Amino acid sequence: MKARVFVTLKNGVLDPQGKAIHHALEGLGFSGVNDVRAGKLIELDLADETSDAEIEDMCRKLLANTVIENFRIERMEPAQA
Amino acid sequence: MNSAVIVFPGSNCDRDLAVALEQVTGRKPAMVWHKDSELPAGIDFIGVPGGFSYGDYLRSGAMAARSPVMRAVADAAGRGVPVIGICNGFQVLTEAGLLPGALMRNARLSFVCRPVPLRVENSQSLFTAQYDAGEEISFPVAHHDGNYQADEATLDRLEGEARVAFRYLDSVNGSARNIAGILNDAGNVLGLMPHPERAIEPAHGGTDGRRLFEGLLETVSA
Repeated sequence: MKARVFVTLKNGVLDPQGKAIHHALEGLGFSGVNDVRAGKLIELDLADETSDAEIEDMCRKLLANTVIENFRIERMEPAQA
Repeated sequence: MNSAVIVFPGSNCDRDLAVALEQVTGRKPAMVWHKDSELPAGIDFIGVPGGFSYGDYLRSGAMAARSPVMRAVADAAGRGVPVIGICNGFQVLTEAGLLPGALMRNARLSFVCRPVPLRVENSQSLFTAQYDAGEEISFPVAHHDGNYQADEATLDRLEGEARVAFRYLDSVNGSARNIAGILNDAGNVLGLMPHPERAIEPAHGGTDGRRLFEGLLETVSA
């Protein structure tokens, strides 16, 4: 079973990297960009019996720093044989 | 004073800190590898040094904060043993939950490496007893992720409880309220981005850091 964890900065937390990306996009002539926030995507290959609670625990204990970051888990169910 | 310096893969100020501690205390600190799950017996001070532990993977300090030795450091801190985290060590202590808040990428994205003026905001702590309240001193900084952030309630609590130990005189990295170093609620854990261990001898360009370790030695030996 695979799962994806999206780690994003909380609203209100300044994102200097997002700002730099925004400026670079404008520098390339893309004028319609209102804002950019950069985050992380972490792909996990897990034993099929891994519970949602366990993945959440991984996020809280390591994958995200909940002082500044939110996380969202997307389970990708195993392909049917 | 028997001190320990924690060494992670990627630490690079561990030797600077050990030299500073040996000069001030007259004793060589124990260098403790991150995989050790216990500290040597009789340690009365722990230093978590600067560097780029685990290559700053995931977040600065995130991996180091979960290494076996940090459980022993947290236990010792809980018993009241003084702990200092400098630069990457500060990041490790916040990631380990021993200090509140987080250290983010510098607001202007650039690596900052120069001596910076600081104000000693609390001269009553274990670490700052040899400074005067409000005294202006200078320590070098060298970091990319030194932008201290916490929610407003946490910042208000830190200010109200005199737990802001050092403050930048100018904005160095975008830190909330120009915070450079903070104490835990018990006052025995200090985290700061500037490097006191690089301001020990006149050849370093300044000696303002020496009094931090001398004050600590005096308090611990008293």
